[in-house]
Amino acid sequence: MKKRNRIDILLRRGASFLVLVGLIAAWQLIVDMRLVSEVFLPGPDRAWAALRRGLSEGNLSAKIAGTLQHMAFGWLLASLVGIALGSVIGSSRFARIFVAPTLELLRPLPVSAIIPVAIAAFGLTTQMGISVIAFGALWPMLLATIHGFSAVEPRLYEVARVFGLSRMAVIFKIALPSALADILAGMRLSLTTSLVLSVVCEILAGLDGLGHWLLLSARSFRSADLFAGVILLGAIGYASAMGMAFAERRLLIWRDAAR
Amino acid sequence: MTLTGRQKLQAMILPIVLLAAAEIGLRLGDVKSDSVAPPSSVVNALLEALFDGSMLLATRDTLISALAGLFAGAAIGLLFGLLLGLVELANQLLEVTIETIRPIPSIALLPVALIAFGFGYRMEFMVVAYSCIWSLLIMTRAAIRGIEPRLLEVSRVLCLTPMQQIVKIVVPASLPRIFVAFRLAVAVSLIVSVTVEIALNPMGLGYGIMQSQQALRPDLMLAYLVWIGLLGFTLNGLLLAAQKHLFGPAAIVEDIR
Repeated sequence: MKKRNRIDILLRRGASFLVLVGLIAAWQLIVDMRLVSEVFLPGPDRAWAALRRGLSEGNLSAKIAGTLQHMAFGWLLASLVGIALGSVIGSSRFARIFVAPTLELLRPLPVSAIIPVAIAAFGLTTQMGISVIAFGALWPMLLATIHGFSAVEPRLYEVARVFGLSRMAVIFKIALPSALADILAGMRLSLTTSLVLSVVCEILAGLDGLGHWLLLSARSFRSADLFAGVILLGAIGYASAMGMAFAERRLLIWRDAAR
Repeated sequence: MTLTGRQKLQAMILPIVLLAAAEIGLRLGDVKSDSVAPPSSVVNALLEALFDGSMLLATRDTLISALAGLFAGAAIGLLFGLLLGLVELANQLLEVTIETIRPIPSIALLPVALIAFGFGYRMEFMVVAYSCIWSLLIMTRAAIRGIEPRLLEVSRVLCLTPMQQIVKIVVPASLPRIFVAFRLAVAVSLIVSVTVEIALNPMGLGYGIMQSQQALRPDLMLAYLVWIGLLGFTLNGLLLAAQKHLFGPAAIVEDIR
């Protein structure tokens, strides 16, 4: 029975994959029949060729490394600051009353609007990019950590009081593990934010990365190179989301087991 | 989170103290900076830009492309969400395609839209529409999956046609969650349109904030920032109020995280 199920899933997955292949073939057909000008929409064959050429001869791999670097630095910085600050605010009743509402108030602000301010402060530099990415990625984690801390089962805090644990011990032994699910969800959200902001900063400040590659390709109407960049960004988005989902499953295994 | 009067007062303290500190510090220190300005001159610049019409014009440009893109993207997302939620076969067949396209960040399509449409409303519209499709699609599909199965059994017992089933059962049952998705999409549309304007498109609020930065007018730049924040805050507040008014307790569903 179980085996049949697995074959069933594989078949469906295969059919679904065929649909994607069909759509790509349709794209190729549309381009071959010249329904759309190749200046705007290159065929998948040309996009693929541009991708391979860029990787083997051009500096596309350096651009990928640049984007990944900006993304990772900003995101890690935001994770450290977000979780630390969130723990401090979340574990103190005083801060929850006086500080948290201000943070909630700032949340709807479109993060990219902070870019001009950062440019004025840092100039068109990598620091500017990293600080914008970190600032944008900070919010989901900060708010998720505060939320996670306030959603901890109150009895666990009572247990901590009975044992006479210090505030640090409460944070590390009780609050952080309980809030882990929320924090990881926040980290997943800000991973997407940091990818988007990396690209925006690269476009604006000419930092070495895929955003810059996209802009240069668009300016010189090299649409095949442009689509190669888009495909790569999609791949980075997909890979980082998969990695995060994997980490979440591994780290939260104990929670499912406890249920 | 609803706050009582006392909590609201307490929540106000920190922003007021910070603003006052910034005002006093910048005035007393006589700081000349390209990136910060005392709050009072920011308010002055905001009022000035509002009264000479430049900020209202920029707001109009941003809102036109944001809302047009929002409605187009939301409609497409809603249709696909309904289709994928109702027809399991379609959902399974399109799964790989959706998983492939969805991770492409909307901002990556910006240069593509640029060479296809040039600067202006149309390219911004396309990018916003693309980014708004996903929250509607994903949440509508989830909302339909989450419908109480007994409701669908009832519709089968009553021998409703598929159209009647959609209009009378599926849509009303999933509407609260679809509205939440719409509210999130509104926030996304504003964020994306401002981002597009900051990065490339020479119009609207995003361009205004970039221009005032390049003109070394930190007061005007921060005024734009405050105005964009107020706009996002107001839109979100209006939609939250509408959500409570329209759906009452049925609307208390978790935001997607």
